[in-house]
Amino acid sequence: MNLHTLTIAQAQDLLAKKEISSVELTRAFLDRIDKYDNIISAFITVDPDLALKQAEQADRIIAKGENQAFTGIPVALKDVLCTKGVKTTCASKILENFVPQYDATVVEKFKAQDAVLIGKANMDEFAMGSSTENSAFFVTRNPWNTDHVPGGSSGGSAAAVAARFCAGAVGTDTGGSIRQPASHCGVVGLKPTYGRVSRFGVVAYASSLDQVGPITRDVTDAAMMLNLMGGHDPKDSTSAPEQMSDFTKGIAMFKDKGLSGMTAGIPKEILSLEGIDPEVKTMFENARKTLEGLGITIKEISLPHTNYAVAAYYIIAPCEASANLARFDGVRYGYRDMDSDDLIEMYKKTKSKGFGLEVQRRIIIGTYSLSSGYYDAYYGRASQVRALIMDDFKRAFEECDIILSPVAPTPAFKIGEKVGDPLTMYLSDIFCLSCNMAGIPGISVPAGISSTGLPMGLQMMSRHFDEMSLIRAGYGFEQAVSKHIEFPEL
Amino acid sequence: MKISQQEVEKIAHLARLDVDDELKETLAGQLSDILDYIDTLKDVDVDGVTPVSGAAFMNNVFREDEREPSPGPDVTLANAPERDQDFYVVPRVVK
Repeated sequence: MNLHTLTIAQAQDLLAKKEISSVELTRAFLDRIDKYDNIISAFITVDPDLALKQAEQADRIIAKGENQAFTGIPVALKDVLCTKGVKTTCASKILENFVPQYDATVVEKFKAQDAVLIGKANMDEFAMGSSTENSAFFVTRNPWNTDHVPGGSSGGSAAAVAARFCAGAVGTDTGGSIRQPASHCGVVGLKPTYGRVSRFGVVAYASSLDQVGPITRDVTDAAMMLNLMGGHDPKDSTSAPEQMSDFTKGIAMFKDKGLSGMTAGIPKEILSLEGIDPEVKTMFENARKTLEGLGITIKEISLPHTNYAVAAYYIIAPCEASANLARFDGVRYGYRDMDSDDLIEMYKKTKSKGFGLEVQRRIIIGTYSLSSGYYDAYYGRASQVRALIMDDFKRAFEECDIILSPVAPTPAFKIGEKVGDPLTMYLSDIFCLSCNMAGIPGISVPAGISSTGLPMGLQMMSRHFDEMSLIRAGYGFEQAVSKHIEFPEL
Repeated sequence: MKISQQEVEKIAHLARLDVDDELKETLAGQLSDILDYIDTLKDVDVDGVTPVSGAAFMNNVFREDEREPSPGPDVTLANAPERDQDFYVVPRVVK
């Protein structure tokens, strides 16, 4: 049996039946990492001894019959989540040697069930980017074609799942950073409702947009992982008090009655946007037909402010980033320039040597937009446009249960293709951003392979706290389409 | 919106970044392009629209002010680039 091909649900079943052990499962993934991560470069940190120790502990728990859903399941974490005693770098030189003294709440939840934390995944520095090329350490390669990017910013997490280096992974999504790399790597990525999952211990990029979520092989695993990760956390004041559900019920709902009774909206604005690859358009048209075949009613809707989402996002996110990243001042943790004997000079040298170019670019955009005389024209106006985007969704969801779009306008681009042109890179996030602006949940499910052999994802979005509809429709779509897509050989 | 190198320098100072001349030139060009694109927001009629600052349900969150155990200085200062006993050391501030 090729243990690395197991989904979380399959592995959980075999572990519970004691047909496999967590040590065997963990070894299978570690062997793959050892063999192929020199090509893919998905991980910043892997500690095989620690992972095997956790696996042994999990096996003891299973032997006692005390196993829970994630006991013994090897999971990768984006290197933005604080892990006690294990380096957490955010793919930045400024945190290259940072060892957190506590676990993020999400990490605690995995540990509480004795999951195996197999490694810390590469990302765009401080989650700023769409290709993982902004990592200060190295570029991650797309397992489907190593000349191409895996997407970003959770590119290491998505590539690790696609390369079958782990059973599932945790990512974060501020403007598409779970869904877009999932789409580019042919895996499932779920951005929960803002506030659904605790952000405590997750290094902040843009606090009103950041959300933590699963990247998995299939929709069932995403539902299981959300069950574990979600819920109110008193340590995160933006964490929502809403009750959690068992999201695997969405799968039972599909098995029971398909998608009948559900309405999917297609925003008329999105297909007239410039720069959408014809193959992405064909994929989307086929996806629409498939969903119709599953009983869903399709309706044309309007999100009139879609065109302004990128511009508003690239004000709001950098403004919040410029405030959040002020904490990296070389005083309490992280890199410090030791040659300065003046405080201001020390701050400046520390930041400019510690932060990469994209991070400095966004700090400057944010500082500019918030500076005296420009605040109203930039941050103020962008916040008003954000209100209009939220209204668009509110109105749209009076007519439909889910909204469909492609995840990305093109399949994964080539490494180096957009590095010199940040604006073009920003525009590749067009379909994902408004979801974060409105705080609603969104899922990316594999929907096809381009003629060049690269995967393309379908995005579904739903009302606040209605991840259930995404699981139901996502699972239905997966049964019809995604599960017939073969993973690449490495 | 054209951003000059002088403006980049001024903003970089406010953000406590040390930007060299070559980067100043690159950033001035890129920021001008980005801000030109962002200027499309001027086409939106925002008259009377109340701005939103978050996607959360904007209720204030209260909790009891209860004392909890402190992790102590060794944990708190574990990542300090420079420390002296229980203090962070910084370059001289008052000259």
